[in-house]
Amino acid sequence: MSFPWAKHYEPKNPAMRWIDERLPLPRLVYSAVGAGYPVPRNLNYFWNFGVLAGVALVVQIITGVILAMHYTANIDTAFNSVEAIMRDVNSGWLMRYAHANGASFFFIVVYIHIFRGLFYGSYKAPREMIWLLGLVIFLLMMATAFMGYVLPWGQMSFWGAQVITGFFSAIPVVGEPIRQWLLGGFVPDQATLNRFFSLHYLLPFVIAGTIILHIWALHIPGSNNPTGVSVKGPQDTVPFHPYYTAKDGFGLGVFLILFSFMVFFLPNALGHADNYIAANPLSTPAHIVPEWYFWPFYAILRAFTVDLSFFGLFTIVEAKLLGVIAMFASILILFFLPWLDNSPVRSGNYRPKFKIAFIILVLDVLVLGFCGQMPAEEPWVMLSQLAAAYYFAHFLIVLPLISHFEKPLPLPGSITEAVLNKHRIKGERDALPGMGSATQPQPAE
Amino acid sequence: MATVEQADPVLKEDGEGVRRRDFINIAALGVAGVGATIAVIPLVNQMNPSADVRALSSVDIDISSIQPGQAIKSTWRKQPIFVRNLTPKEIAEANAVNVSTLRDPQTLAERTEEGHENWLITLAVCTHLGCIPLGAGEGENKGAFGGYFCPCHGSSYDTAARIRQGPAPRNLEVPPYTFTSDTVVQIG
Ligand code: HEM
Ligand code: FES
Repeated sequence: MSFPWAKHYEPKNPAMRWIDERLPLPRLVYSAVGAGYPVPRNLNYFWNFGVLAGVALVVQIITGVILAMHYTANIDTAFNSVEAIMRDVNSGWLMRYAHANGASFFFIVVYIHIFRGLFYGSYKAPREMIWLLGLVIFLLMMATAFMGYVLPWGQMSFWGAQVITGFFSAIPVVGEPIRQWLLGGFVPDQATLNRFFSLHYLLPFVIAGTIILHIWALHIPGSNNPTGVSVKGPQDTVPFHPYYTAKDGFGLGVFLILFSFMVFFLPNALGHADNYIAANPLSTPAHIVPEWYFWPFYAILRAFTVDLSFFGLFTIVEAKLLGVIAMFASILILFFLPWLDNSPVRSGNYRPKFKIAFIILVLDVLVLGFCGQMPAEEPWVMLSQLAAAYYFAHFLIVLPLISHFEKPLPLPGSITEAVLNKHRIKGERDALPGMGSATQPQPAE
Repeated sequence: MATVEQADPVLKEDGEGVRRRDFINIAALGVAGVGATIAVIPLVNQMNPSADVRALSSVDIDISSIQPGQAIKSTWRKQPIFVRNLTPKEIAEANAVNVSTLRDPQTLAERTEEGHENWLITLAVCTHLGCIPLGAGEGENKGAFGGYFCPCHGSSYDTAARIRQGPAPRNLEVPPYTFTSDTVVQIG
């Protein structure tokens, strides 16, 4: 695992040696996130977000387990138990706001993490497996967050469950039985709430397990870096500890400040007021919107308004099924990305055409997100149709074409060369001698 | 004998034909696989609607106070339903449509009971993703075709609750029902 020059664990005190000889856990930690893990020396702050996602999961698990001590998964009492958490349970409001906003921050962090990978080509060989496992984590997160949102049994909880399980009824023949199987009834009801609670408790631990595989896969080739050029020797890396523990620690501080700001000053800004109304199976809210992190996918779902038919004679695929297929396809397509983008150059920094396409894709997803929370009216329907079409075109047409025709910029010979050149240019500009020393940084210990 | 063969499996590797040990392995794994599959069935099936949910319940609805042009919302098997008293004009509109142009071709007569053509009884569950359409309450948006309008993704139903516009694939479902008298209808 990792590079030949990775340092080996040498226990410093007898107690650690005693443990290490019987259970090599200290060794594992040392080589995974300690001084024994060499990391490219040029990582920028976009490489913070993996660690931040891990912290977000821990926050969710801690606050979630505490909420579960006070929450009751019963359609008659769930809503009131959440209100009791807010009003009566000591610090209950803090736990709930931290959990609800924690989910949002988890998604913000993961979206940045995913787009980081998209820009720097981290999905390319030899890192395909890391990318695929990451997408599995993303799917699990979406399932977890959806089921969590149902638990307070407010209006949005209920109708969100109704609409989202409705996706499955689009499948021909077996769709409706699958939906009833998921709900345990004909509408979301006690059976639904109970099983969602059970699964909402379970899935985060499945996510934790998948993260272990994700990191295991990462430690085979090691991290990618902003140049996309592979590590060539010891001079290209620094030990994870203390260099990146410090850098990640700083990023974590910034993250926690922003997170606390939301929890304490804007706790409901990302939520929906209708979820403070208890679920009413007889009245649909005028405007059903999912949580913000689902908006782009919701927009793709709603972009299909007419059936695919054979010259208007007979229907081939119903609009409803098309929307559902497109929504799932928008994520599934990412699983094929490593084989759709054939450019040997990883980093977008050296791919002028790709860079433009990437920026358009980011804007496109933002447009989709915006349309996803607007009512299903013009011009938003039309706009989501265009944006959805572009989303698929980016992966299926634009990327393969670019990787064929684009002439990449010259790559630096190595990470170290790239780092030193940057410093040299900066040094000349500032007329400061001595910048960019050629010696390899040594670990502090 | 199996034990003799087991003694030098490497030498046997290129040997052709199925060895007795292979057969026993495959048979044992096959039986275990079938057993595991059967064990999964109850694990999956427990999630299906339970007996109390499935129990075919029926509800009696008193329709005497619903005037032509009015509709009420009620529930059956926990699902919302619409009971609507159509006006002669609405009936005429529904019958004027050329059925073959519809997404889910059905006549009003097929969707109502003989002798009670003015009573349009349907589930109040949009066939798109299950929202409750508007149009039953006083002053609610009835959509472009005068029946029901689903605000979730903009499906419009006509005065026979047939899908006319928007993403929903089918007409609002008609539940099984019988008129037990002229003023009471039993759903289910
Ligand atoms: C992947 C990690 C997790 C995510 C993304 C997540 C997400 C959510 C969301 C979005 C809600 C609705 C918040 C609201 O509007 O009130 C929720 C509620 C809830 N979650 Fe989680 N959760 C996670 C982990 C956990 C864990 C490990 C538990 C432990 C049992 C848990 C227990 C609960 C409970 C009891 C509620 C209902 C109380 C409430 O609504 O605040 N969650 N979750
Ligand atoms: S649920 Fe009615 S239009 Fe989508």
